[in-house]
Amino acid sequence: MNSSTDICNNCRAALREKEKGMKVPQHISSGPSSFIPESEILEAMPLGDHTVMLLAEEFSGRMDNLTQVMGLHPHYLQAFLRCQYYLLRMDGPLPLHYRHYIAIMAAARHQCSVLVCQHVQEFEQIGVCSDWLRGLEHCPQRIRNLNEINKILAHRPWLITKDHIQALVKTGEHSWSLAELVHAVVLLAHFHALASFVFGSGINPDPEVAEVTGVADDLCPPAVSGICSCHLTNNGRANDSSPGNTNVGSELEVLMERMKRLQEEREEDEASEEEMFTRFEKEKKESLLVGSGGFDNNKVVPPSPVARFVDDPSFGYQDFARHGEDNLPTFRAQDYSWEDHGFSLVNRLYSDVGHLLDDKFRTACDLTYYNMASHEGVDTSMLRRALFNYVHCMYGIRYDDYDYGEVNQLLERSLKVYIKTVTCYPERTTRRMYESYWHQFRHSEKVHVNLLLMEARMQAELLYALRAITHYMT
Amino acid sequence: MAVMEKMTRASSGGMISGRTMFCHLDAPANAISVCRDATQVVVAGRNIFKIFALEDEGFVERLNLRVGRKPSLNFSCADVMWHQMEENLLATAATNGAVVTWNLGRPCRNKQEQLFTEHKRTVNKVCFHPTEVHMLLSGSQDGYMKCFDLRKKESVSTFSGQSESVRDVQFSMKDYFTFAASFENGNVQLWDIRRPDRYERMFTAHTGPVFCCDWHPEDRGWLATGGRDKMVKVWDMTTNRAKEIFCVQTIASVARVKWRPERKWHLATCSMMVDHNIYVWDVRRPYIPFATFEEHKDVTTGIVWRHQHDPDFLLSGSKDSTLYQHMFKDASRPVDRANPEGLCFGLFGDLAFAAKESLMSGEVGRKPYAGGDRRYPIFFFKKPDVTEQFAQVSSALSVFETAPGGAPMDWFIKTARRYLLSGRPFAELCEHNAKVAKDLNRPQVSTTWTMLRIMFSDPANPSSSSNHNLSKLGNLPLMNSFSMKEMSSALTERNKENRQDNIHNLDSNLNTTEDNEETEGSEGQAEYLFGDAELDDDDLYSMEHENQAAEEAEFSLPQEAFPLRHEIVDHPSAPEPLTEKPESPHVSGSEAEATCLTPMESFSLISVSSSLLFPPHLPPAFFSPVVIAMLRYYAEQGDVQMAVSVLIVLGDRIRREIDELTQEHWYMSYIDLLQRFELWNVSNEVIKLSTCGAISCLNQASTTLHINCSNCKRPMNNRGWICDRCHQCASVCAVCHHVVKGVFVWCQGCSHGGHLTHIMDWLRNSTYCPAACGHQCEYT
Repeated sequence: MNSSTDICNNCRAALREKEKGMKVPQHISSGPSSFIPESEILEAMPLGDHTVMLLAEEFSGRMDNLTQVMGLHPHYLQAFLRCQYYLLRMDGPLPLHYRHYIAIMAAARHQCSVLVCQHVQEFEQIGVCSDWLRGLEHCPQRIRNLNEINKILAHRPWLITKDHIQALVKTGEHSWSLAELVHAVVLLAHFHALASFVFGSGINPDPEVAEVTGVADDLCPPAVSGICSCHLTNNGRANDSSPGNTNVGSELEVLMERMKRLQEEREEDEASEEEMFTRFEKEKKESLLVGSGGFDNNKVVPPSPVARFVDDPSFGYQDFARHGEDNLPTFRAQDYSWEDHGFSLVNRLYSDVGHLLDDKFRTACDLTYYNMASHEGVDTSMLRRALFNYVHCMYGIRYDDYDYGEVNQLLERSLKVYIKTVTCYPERTTRRMYESYWHQFRHSEKVHVNLLLMEARMQAELLYALRAITHYMT
Repeated sequence: MAVMEKMTRASSGGMISGRTMFCHLDAPANAISVCRDATQVVVAGRNIFKIFALEDEGFVERLNLRVGRKPSLNFSCADVMWHQMEENLLATAATNGAVVTWNLGRPCRNKQEQLFTEHKRTVNKVCFHPTEVHMLLSGSQDGYMKCFDLRKKESVSTFSGQSESVRDVQFSMKDYFTFAASFENGNVQLWDIRRPDRYERMFTAHTGPVFCCDWHPEDRGWLATGGRDKMVKVWDMTTNRAKEIFCVQTIASVARVKWRPERKWHLATCSMMVDHNIYVWDVRRPYIPFATFEEHKDVTTGIVWRHQHDPDFLLSGSKDSTLYQHMFKDASRPVDRANPEGLCFGLFGDLAFAAKESLMSGEVGRKPYAGGDRRYPIFFFKKPDVTEQFAQVSSALSVFETAPGGAPMDWFIKTARRYLLSGRPFAELCEHNAKVAKDLNRPQVSTTWTMLRIMFSDPANPSSSSNHNLSKLGNLPLMNSFSMKEMSSALTERNKENRQDNIHNLDSNLNTTEDNEETEGSEGQAEYLFGDAELDDDDLYSMEHENQAAEEAEFSLPQEAFPLRHEIVDHPSAPEPLTEKPESPHVSGSEAEATCLTPMESFSLISVSSSLLFPPHLPPAFFSPVVIAMLRYYAEQGDVQMAVSVLIVLGDRIRREIDELTQEHWYMSYIDLLQRFELWNVSNEVIKLSTCGAISCLNQASTTLHINCSNCKRPMNNRGWICDRCHQCASVCAVCHHVVKGVFVWCQGCSHGGHLTHIMDWLRNSTYCPAACGHQCEYT
C-alpha cells in the first residue's frame, strides 16, 4: 500500500519534471539497464570467467543488475568485485553494519535508490540496529558526524580540510579512529562513484529487492518498471534514433581524424606556458557552462523515501571554477598523487585496501580492446586519458604534464554534458543524454566510458580526502 | 686523472666544517643537490629554485634562479642535479615534462641554457654522467628514458622501458656505459648507454613502484633500491642473476636512498609519506636504524651527502620548507634508547625471553618469571665489529617450556567443553558449572558459581552469600567482615539447629574471607613456591596447580581451607529432591527451588522467619553491583571464560546492567580464545546464546552455499532444485527419481546422489552407484 502511493508520487514528480521540459530517466521495461537493451548484456555474459563466478558469493546465486551491466567488462568486474567484497565483508576497522549504513548514506546523497535498497536489504540481513533504517536521527551520533564529510565529498570534495578530519578524530565520546575514518572515506567515495555508474548506465532496480519486508518497506518500491504509466509510455525504443543520427557517419571519422592529428602534432606543438594554463582554465570554466543550464542549482530535492538518510539535502554540487582561483587553489596532481601518496596512506591505515584500489584504478585506466566502434586496432589511450583528466579537471585537479587542449578536441559537447552530469549530479542523468553522444559506439563502449568516469571520480574524491587526512597527521 | 681526483679528495675532504643548521625556504622543496666542492647547494621545488652557499655559520642565499614575471611550469621542478664535473652546470626535471639545463656562468639573470621538451609526461629524474661532461639522462612518467648530449638540441638516444613510468635513473659509478632505471611496476632495468634497443637485464625488485635506486660509490656491483613496499634492498649485480644480499624493512614507503660515503655498509633513506625522519641504516643490522635525524616537521623530499668523501654531513630538504645540514655526531641513535628485552609466547604456551646478558647473569638465581618449569638458556653473541660504532649488544635468550603433559590451558579447554550454558534451569546450570570447576581444581570459580546460584535463585537467604562475595572481591573493608561475624552469631542464636547447614556455610565463608586476607598479605610464600619449582619433576607438577590457582584467583588457598570448602561445594547436591516439591512456599516462577532450604518441609516456616530476619527487600537486583564487580574482576584477571559464562547463564538478570561494549569485548575475546583452541562447537554455542547484536551476527557471515546446475553447469539462482536457465530439475534423487528439496547427499566421485535415506538404504545393499554409472560409491 505504501509503495503504491510512492509510485504515484513518483509519477507526479515525473510529470512535474516534464512540464519543465526535462526528461526523466526512462525505463526499458525489463532487463538490467534501462539504457541498454537486455540482449546486449546477455550476449556478453559468456565472457564471465570462473573467478568472477567465485566472487559472486556476494550475490547469493543471482547476479544483480549492476553486476550484469558491469559484466560487459569482465576483466574490470573482477577487480571491482574483489575490492568491493573486501570493503564490505572482509576484516576491517568498521563493523559490518556500519559499512552498509555508510553505503546507504553515500548512495542516498545522490538519491540512488538502487544502491540504497540493496544495502538496506543487506543491513537488515545482518539483523542488528534495524531501527537505524528509520532514518539518520535514529542512528548513533558517531555515524551522524559523518554527514558533513559525506555531503562535502559527494558534491564539493575540494572543500574538505584537515579541520573536518580533526572534528571527527578528536578525542571524545563519538570520535573515529584514523583507521575507521579511512575505511569510511573509502566506502563513501566508492558508493558516490558507484551511484554515478548506476545512473550513468541506467541500472534498473533489482526485482528481488522489492521483497524486502519490515521497516524498509517503503524504501524499495517493487520494481518500478511496468507498473507506472509514465514508464509505460516511454519504454518503446521507437524514438531512439534521434535527429542527430543523420550525420553519425562523419562523427566517428572526425574523432578518429582528430586523434590521429593530435598524435602527430604533438611533436611540433610548442604551446607556451601561459597557453597551457589558459587551456586548463578554459576547460574548467567551460565545464561551468556545460550541462547545468536547465537546472536551478539550489532547487530543493523533492522528498523521497531515501531522504531520511540525507542530511542537509539542499547542499548540492557547485562548480569548482565558479569560485575563482584566489580562494581555491588548483590541486596539483604531481604534489599529491594516488600512486605516491594516496596509496601509502590508505594502505598504512587500512591494510591491503591500497592494493585492491590500485588494481581497480589501473584496470579501469588500462582497459582497452583497441576498438572504436567499428574500427579495430585503434590506440584509445589518448581518449581514455582525456576522459579521466576531464573529470579531474572539473574537480580542480590539474596535471602539469597534460595539454587540456586535447580534451577540447576529443570530447564533443554532448559528451561533456553527459560527463558532467554523471560525475557531478548523476541523479539528473537521462536516457537522452546517454544516447546523445557517440551514436555509432557500442553500448559496451559507453559502459567503458562510465567505468572511467566512475574511477576518475572516486580517485578525485579520495585524493582530496586523503590529502586532508595527511595534513591532519602532519 | 685518478691521481688528481685522489688529491682533490684529500685536500677538500679535510676542509669541510660546520654544524647542524637550517634555513627557511619560501616553499616546499622537492629535491636538492650539491656542487662538487661541497660549498653550495641547490634547492628545487614547485615554487622554489635557489642556490645557497654553505657557510660555517649558516646557509646564505646566493642566487634565485626563478626569474621572470610569470614563472613558467618549466621552473616547477621534480628533480634537480648539479653536475659533478662542471661546476656551473645544473639540470632540472620539470613536472610538465621538460628537461632544462642551467648555466650559472651566463652573464644575464636568466641562467636557463637549454630546454628539451621531448617527454610527454612528468620527468621524474635527471642524472648527469659522473665523468662525461656533456651526457645527461632523464627518466619520465611516459615510460621513456632519454639520453641528451648537451652540445646538441635533441636527445641522442631514447630507451623504452616497455613498461610503466620510470621513477629513477642512475649512472653506474664505475661502469662507464651502464645505468640503472627503476619503474613503477616494481622492475629494475640495467641498460648499456650504447644500446638503446634493449635492456641488458631486468629483474623485479619490489612489489609496487620502485621509487629510487643508488649505486654503491665503491663497490661496483651493489645497487640499493627503495620502494613503496617499505623496503630497501641491496642487490649484487655482478652475478648472472641479480641477487638480493640485504634487505631493510622501514616503516614507510622509501622515497630516496643514498649510500653514505666512506662507510661501506651505511645508507641513508627518507620516506614519502607519514614518516618525516631520515634514517641511516647499517644494512647488516636491518632491524634498527643506525642513526636518525628527526628535525623535519613534514616529509623529507631530498637527501644528499654534502661531500662525496665525507660521511659526517648530510643535507636535506623537506615539504616543511626548510633546508637542513645535519651533523652526524648530532644524530640520535635509536639503539641507545632501544629496549633490549623481549618476551614472547609460543604457539604451545612456551615462553621466550631475551635480555641483555649482563642483566640475565645477575638474575639467573632469582628467576622472576612465573610459568616456567625448565630453562634452556641459549646465548647469542654478536660478533664484535670494529669498523662500526653500533652499540654492542649481546643478549641471552631463554626459552621456557611447559612440562610435557601438563598443558597450562588444559583447564580452559575442559571447562569450555563441560560448562553448561543453557537448556536447564538456572540453579542446575550453576550447580553443574560449580561442579565442573571443582573437578578441575578451581575452587574459587566453583564457589562463585555456588554463590551465584544462591544469590539469584532464593530471595530468602542471599544476604550472607553476598557478603561473602563482596569480601572475596576485596570490595569490603575489614570492618564489614566483623559485622558479618556478629550477624552470623545472631543467626546462630535464633535457629541454631535448624539452619545448621547454613551456618556451616557461613562459617566456612568467614573462613575463606580470613584466608583470603591472609594469603594476600603473604606474597613471599608464593615466591618461595616458584623458587622451589625447579627442583624435580614431582614438585613441578604440584607447582603447576599452585601456579594455576595463583593465576586465576590471585591468592592460593592454604591447606586448612580445603576440608571446609569441600563441604560447601558438596552442599548443593543435598536439596535436589526438594526441587521436585511444588508445595514449597518459595518456589517462584520458573526458577528452581531455593537451594539453601533445609530438606524437610516442616522447616519452611522457620525459613520464613529467616526471610523476615533478612527482609525480602533484597531482590536479585540488589546483587547486581557485586556481580558486575565480580565479572569485571574475572575479566581483568584474564579469565574471560568465567565472565562470559556467567553472563550467559545469568542472562537477563544481569545483562542490562553492563554496558553493551564491555559485553561485546568479553564475548569477542572469549570467542577468539575458543576458536584458537578449535572449540568450534562451544564458540558457536556462545555466539548463539549471546545477546549482543554485534556478536550474534557473527554467525550469519558466509552462510551461502553456491551450487551449479547439473545440466547446464550454470550457477543456480533462486531455488536449489530447479534451474532458472534450463528449467530442469537439477537435483533428482538417483534412487526414487524425485526432486530432492531438503538434504541432498551425493558422491564426490561420480556426483550422483539423492535423498539421504534412499542413498543410505541403497548403499547398504549395493556398492555401486544407484545411477548405474558404474562408480563404486562409499557412504561413510
